[in-house]
Amino acid sequence: MGQAQGDLVITQDQLDEMVAHCLACYPEEGCGLLSGDPETGLVAGVHPMRNAAGSAEVYELDPREHLHVDLAAEAAGHSVIGVFHSHTHTDAYPSPTDVRKAPDPSWHYVLVSLRHELPSTRSYRIAAGNISEESVVVLGQ
Amino acid sequence: MAVPVRLPTVLRPAAGGQSQVAVEGRTIGEVLGALQRAYPAMSGQLLTDQGSLHRFVNVYVNDDDVRYLDRLDTKVGESDTVSIIPAVAGGAA
Repeated sequence: MGQAQGDLVITQDQLDEMVAHCLACYPEEGCGLLSGDPETGLVAGVHPMRNAAGSAEVYELDPREHLHVDLAAEAAGHSVIGVFHSHTHTDAYPSPTDVRKAPDPSWHYVLVSLRHELPSTRSYRIAAGNISEESVVVLGQ
Repeated sequence: MAVPVRLPTVLRPAAGGQSQVAVEGRTIGEVLGALQRAYPAMSGQLLTDQGSLHRFVNVYVNDDDVRYLDRLDTKVGESDTVSIIPAVAGGAA
């Protein structure tokens, strides 16, 4: 757990994949999981998923799809290390719902805001109801 | 009969960091009860005080959600794999 407050380390292509999925889901919120190394925060895979809530205001992962992502991550020697979703008309900051429903204090919570013409992406830790923003280290630039 | 149980990252600290453990049980209810006894830090995270499955936890036997089988009475064997998957939700609202 010593590295639990490390940053999110991700490639530009992976960031673009998240944003593209969120744009494709618009006007509904887009969502998905991130797999990788829980110790370093290095993302190995972005996993776009369907929004089981089918809503512009909330998202919900399909648990069976989550299971399949989890199994594939495990087979690749990784873990699920975080979740991303879009806010279509608000900033890239966790809402009270995001904080209340955050399932895991070790995860990275990535928010993609589509409020402005240029999407913005930020990442947070949410533990015991407290939000702390972390750096997003973009590889391959 | 020991049943393999895959743990999500949120429950791993309670099991000494293990991603998979094996516990005794013939049903999902027995397996979850055995998990909570073996790893007391999981108590309250799987079953409610009334003994039902917490709504923020999904339990799969192989590829099937126990809520669509026999819930806590779902039978399991050593050739099955139980996966605990956290419910993940949120949004701007």
